[in-house]
Amino acid sequence: MCGIVGLYLKNSQMQDQLGQLFSPLLVEMTDRGPDSAGIAVFRDAVSGNETKFTVFHPDPDFDWAKLTSDMKLELSAQVRLQHHDSHVVLVTDANSAKAARWLTEQDANLQIMSSGTAIEIYKETGLAEDILKRFNVSAMAGTHAVGHTRMATESAVTTSGSHPFSTGADLCLVHNGSLSNHNRIRDRLAKEDGIVCKTENDTEVAAAFISSRLAKGRSLHEALEDCLTALDGFYTFVAGTRNGFAVLRDPIACKPAVLAETDDYVAFASEYRALVSLPSIENAKVWEPEPAIVYSWGDKS
Amino acid sequence: MSVGENAIVVDLAEMDLRSANEKLQALNGTAETGHFKVRNPRGTHALACGLDAPVSVEIDGSTGYYCGGMNKSAEITVHGNAGQGVAENMMSGTVHVKGDCSQAAGATAHGGLLIVDGNAAARCGISLKGADIVVKGDIGHMSCFMAQAGRVVVLGDAGAALGDSLYEVHIYVRGTVESLGADCIEKEMRDEHKTELRELLDKADCKDVDVSEFKRYGSARQLYHFQVDNLDAY
Repeated sequence: MCGIVGLYLKNSQMQDQLGQLFSPLLVEMTDRGPDSAGIAVFRDAVSGNETKFTVFHPDPDFDWAKLTSDMKLELSAQVRLQHHDSHVVLVTDANSAKAARWLTEQDANLQIMSSGTAIEIYKETGLAEDILKRFNVSAMAGTHAVGHTRMATESAVTTSGSHPFSTGADLCLVHNGSLSNHNRIRDRLAKEDGIVCKTENDTEVAAAFISSRLAKGRSLHEALEDCLTALDGFYTFVAGTRNGFAVLRDPIACKPAVLAETDDYVAFASEYRALVSLPSIENAKVWEPEPAIVYSWGDKS
Repeated sequence: MSVGENAIVVDLAEMDLRSANEKLQALNGTAETGHFKVRNPRGTHALACGLDAPVSVEIDGSTGYYCGGMNKSAEITVHGNAGQGVAENMMSGTVHVKGDCSQAAGATAHGGLLIVDGNAAARCGISLKGADIVVKGDIGHMSCFMAQAGRVVVLGDAGAALGDSLYEVHIYVRGTVESLGADCIEKEMRDEHKTELRELLDKADCKDVDVSEFKRYGSARQLYHFQVDNLDAY
């Protein structure tokens, strides 16, 4: 099953309330996905020469202070660290590819959940309400967020198998459905684009495919259009980039989806009931996205 | 239809779904009429399901999945949008959605009338078994898939693969049809069809709509009829 939600603020004055408005959407989708939950939030963009990583380690006693001091020393770089339960947000002015490589070399269990300038990803196994509390999501300000509650079908119930998936700078994808040709696309991405997926999860392959298209200069809107010919299976996708927010359903429209738009926001949910806590929802334009049509806001480049 | 002063208010902000449905079902099995007003539906699934009495229910807002499912005799009005499977397996009575419907509206319904003032999404009237559906807007793809009996009227356009593997449902579409499904063909609009369509439009309060603007679609009867030429295959 799985539940997916997204909130993109058009009114910048509402940014302080992003987490507060977003959290009830995800909680309402708990019965669609009680195995794990996760969110990607776009906020606090770092300056031009810096990269922001969200990093996870399963060991609660992991020595983050040592990691930070080693990184400063070995990469001769500035490093700032902020703790969020089992995840940390690490900002550095080191070269991003070099920093990512260095981080993964330090500890086999260290996982980079996201990298970019604004994106942060938090995901864990368990119920949405508990996970939102652990990361104090309701206090988060930002521009847009997407979230996922997972009922696992394609791979194990683990933190790394949870959504959202990020495979490129400031890109995230959540998915309700299952893809049938993900193994072939995984191979092709590795061979032709040098993109190696980290998990067995089908959604990660879709995210990697979108990344590969963005890297070729396609816009988020166009990259999702490319999914229609490349991907086989059931999917409702919500994707976020630093400035963009987009939705796509497969041509059969197997999985449910509802969009709502006002002058202040665009909101997406698997089911309408997740949207009823939003301000002025009764006056919003509410519709079911058409199959095989990309809906996008923000990034049109 | 207006709800009289004696309407019983069922407020989902004050009670859970099960209590609300029990209240709505209290007259089940009787011929008693009653008026209910449902407040704060908040997209809840399975609301006003399994009613079996000539009561009227007005729902103030949008509903989740299966609203009015298995309805018998009741007259249910949704003042908002309805989620998947509205009026699924309805036996009799009326379900009237003032807004849009999600997928599989009226799925497997045996009798009664489903009226949608807005659009209905994919698979409207899938496996229909005798009910009537009038959609004043458009319907989505794969509508009337394997539909067996009943009538479907669409004032707008129909999506791809209309009436795929159709049995004996009469489909009337005023707008365009993106494509017809397997074994679904356009058919002649005879006088009896015009009469039947007129009655359905009148019931849905579309008295100004002209029946001559519609085309009729039905089964070519090549898929489900036994062909004597195929006898050797058995």
